[in-house]
Amino acid sequence: MKKSSFWLGVLGALAILLMVAQAKVLINAAGATFPYPIYGKWFQEFGKIDADAQINYQSVGSGGGIRMFSEGTVDFGASDMPMTDEQIGKFKTKPFHFPTVLGGIVLTYNIPHVTQDMKFTPEALAGIYLGKITKWNDPELGKANAGVKLPDAEIVVAHRSDGSGTSFVFTDYLSKVSPEWKSKVGSSTSVQWPVGIGGKGNEGVTGIVKQTPNSIGYVELIYALQQKMPYGYLRNAAGTFLKADLESVTEAAAAAANSMPADFRVSITNQPGKKAYPIATFTYLLIPSKIDDAAKKKAITGFLHWMLTDGQKDAAGLGYAPLPKNVVTQEEKQIALIK
Amino acid sequence: MATSSPVSAPPPRGARVWFGRLRNGDEVARLVTLAFACTILVVTVGLIFQLWATSALPRHKFGFGFLTSSQWNPVTGEFGALPFIYGTVVTSVLALLIAVPLGVGAAIFLAELAPPRISSTFTFFIELLAAVPSVIYGLLAFFALVPIMRDYVEPFLKRTLGFLGIFSGTIFGLGYLTAGVILAIMTLPFIISISREALLEVPTEQREAALALGATRWESTWQAVVPYARLGIFGSVFLGLARALGETMAVTMVIGNDPKVHESLFALGYSIAAIVANEFSEATTDLHVQSLVLLGLVLFLLTIVINALARLLIIATARRGSS
Amino acid sequence: MTLRNRWRKILSYMMLSLTGVCAVVAVATLFLILGYLVYNGWRSIDWNFFTQLSKPAGEAGGGMKNAIVGSFQIILLATAIGLPVGFLAGVYLAEFGGKTFAFLVRYMADLLNGVPSIVIGIFAYAVVVVPMHGNSAWAGGLALSLILIPITARSTEQFMTSVPQTLREGALALGASKWKTIATVVVPAAYRGIATGMILGVARIAGETAPLLFTSGNSDNMNGLNQPTASLPVMIFYRALSPYDDWHRQAWAAGMVLLLLVLFANIAARLILSRGIAVQK
Repeated sequence: MKKSSFWLGVLGALAILLMVAQAKVLINAAGATFPYPIYGKWFQEFGKIDADAQINYQSVGSGGGIRMFSEGTVDFGASDMPMTDEQIGKFKTKPFHFPTVLGGIVLTYNIPHVTQDMKFTPEALAGIYLGKITKWNDPELGKANAGVKLPDAEIVVAHRSDGSGTSFVFTDYLSKVSPEWKSKVGSSTSVQWPVGIGGKGNEGVTGIVKQTPNSIGYVELIYALQQKMPYGYLRNAAGTFLKADLESVTEAAAAAANSMPADFRVSITNQPGKKAYPIATFTYLLIPSKIDDAAKKKAITGFLHWMLTDGQKDAAGLGYAPLPKNVVTQEEKQIALIK
Repeated sequence: MATSSPVSAPPPRGARVWFGRLRNGDEVARLVTLAFACTILVVTVGLIFQLWATSALPRHKFGFGFLTSSQWNPVTGEFGALPFIYGTVVTSVLALLIAVPLGVGAAIFLAELAPPRISSTFTFFIELLAAVPSVIYGLLAFFALVPIMRDYVEPFLKRTLGFLGIFSGTIFGLGYLTAGVILAIMTLPFIISISREALLEVPTEQREAALALGATRWESTWQAVVPYARLGIFGSVFLGLARALGETMAVTMVIGNDPKVHESLFALGYSIAAIVANEFSEATTDLHVQSLVLLGLVLFLLTIVINALARLLIIATARRGSS
Repeated sequence: MTLRNRWRKILSYMMLSLTGVCAVVAVATLFLILGYLVYNGWRSIDWNFFTQLSKPAGEAGGGMKNAIVGSFQIILLATAIGLPVGFLAGVYLAEFGGKTFAFLVRYMADLLNGVPSIVIGIFAYAVVVVPMHGNSAWAGGLALSLILIPITARSTEQFMTSVPQTLREGALALGASKWKTIATVVVPAAYRGIATGMILGVARIAGETAPLLFTSGNSDNMNGLNQPTASLPVMIFYRALSPYDDWHRQAWAAGMVLLLLVLFANIAARLILSRGIAVQK
């Protein structure tokens, strides 16, 4: 081998190793897949406004986000599920929860030849996910869907295989509407699902339902919208069947908005409002209460301000509901508390 | 004081000795390469130690019950390895059931029948199959194999053999069977390659003796040559098994991720490698993380045993062949 | 011919043709895989693929520049660590090894070789990611180097021991010291085989995914070696499992690129080995 080509190779290797995209302040974040579509957009837009800062988001699921945040592997985390007292206890100083948007979890399905929108009762959903309702033409499903010809086919259930805030919210809802679910399975980011295929991330579950006939899965609204997949009407606590949309999701947060706890940790599933969508949730950024690096602190607080004002305008376009006004005000006050 | 001629003087003692010897380039070379050889020792021992240490919690909590429990519940903190060991073993055995007949058959053809040029060309291509990365097999399995299994193969098996427990139940397209099929494709090149070598080692006298006694070509192959090479062929099977057990990506993408034991091959399952790949970066409690590490340790031990058996068998054939 | 002999002859032809079918099926599988991948990948590859960073879901025009660069970075790190260590360890085994110690090292190398790659990932996580408090290209590079070391060591040893002893003796007779003999005579004699082993090893780690999942992680940017780094295999994994058609396209394109690179390296290595002489005599 010629000497010159060898050294050329070494130089080339060094050049590749040192290839770095310019960024003065690098901030790592990780967490929920639920808000990933809007976070991706936000971080990119904010990068244009504050050219010095670059926020890298790893969409690993709420469970992973909480863990990486606790270990200090990332600068902040993201989760649909507010951290438990036990998880908060691992920190020297209590971290802050910052709700970012409101979202709805829909039940998307893939039933060949069925073009009408399905209606799901809480009993039906609990039965399907408990493995007690196994076929689409089960009478329980037929009750709410008179006039729809449901096939005599086995239901393929899809759930999350990773630690997911979306799972938490969905199981939280199921625990509220089904005592059997509550005692048998419970609610958490990662439960022992009685039946079904595990998909990774909201993307994974959407993908499974999209590709598998006779399947059903729970995903954040935007995933079903982007893939143009059907999703069902759900019966809420007041007895109305409705779909997840801007209005119904915002309505679900109405009660909570009026009496938001100081740390923002709240569950808004199965709310009593007449037009409230039953499986709605805030999604949170988990921010440390003390950021030592001045440049990072400037970038993060800057992002939070931007997110609460300009960022909220992007929410509706991506199927999320913007935060209620008094929640925004309360959060602005919390930003000032970050040391 | 430096030593005099290294050949005649007796070896001096002390630290001075060592530095003296160090002047000698050979000693430097020996020490340097020794150091690097030692790193292999250090790393391997360190790996085992690390796995052992980072799995202390579940070992103390569950003991050997870890291996027999089917619970995998992060909420209640109960973890058991059975569904994953089951899934790993089932998919690997399935893979072998498909790959071994196919592979040994192909090896027989390549070693006994094919003209040398065809034999080496075919072998060249087959060995390239071994180089295809696992994630690519996973990609193909996920998009191409799953629909085929779901729409054609599994319904066919259900229609014809559905009375058997293993071919009953809901058809997903994903599951044990599909994972077994893609694993079979991945282990095939190893089985062919090693079996072919084992068959080539068989001395021609065996073949000729059988033919001289009036055997047909097939009979001579099947009854004289193959049995002679059987240790090497078994070795290839064990090697293939060891690879299949540790295979991660392709299986993760098609096994369906259901941490339970199921009878039906159409059902969704889980393998050790798959659950570690899926859950490791997100496990929240220490017990959860360490249980995953313990699973990794179990898998490692499994592959050590199988690999050791494989090598013994292959060495045994080589020795026999040369005697 | 008796009926029984007739039958035996027919059986013979049948079974032997069956084995031929097996061989054809095996080879056909390779071409099917290659063809399907190229077909899907070719349609999906465009200039953006090589020049653009990954974009958020739903936005068109994203590429895999970060994954391509990331893969190169991680592989370079792995080879920088793995090749020298493996090579020198192999030299030790071939030239200096005492009986029992060499046996021990060989055994450990085989053990390391047989470790499932996901378990290597766990080890690298504990040893690099945890102390560094985060994913990095270094962690991924180390994990892959652990796979590379035993492969390189064993193949180096194999080719060096196949150098005839006469070559060594000739050099020693001419007054060369042992290390000089190794460096100027034995290694050059075996270099073809050693190089082949190295190329094959690098090609093997280029496709590894499992050890990278929680060591180098994934990223939409290129942020240097201390940060989470994207890589082709990991990108393929995540993109394939997503529901976005655009991301599926990218997964195919990346798969095609990766496969072609790996196959090219393998073919080149084998041609070097077979065409040239592995060990100069």
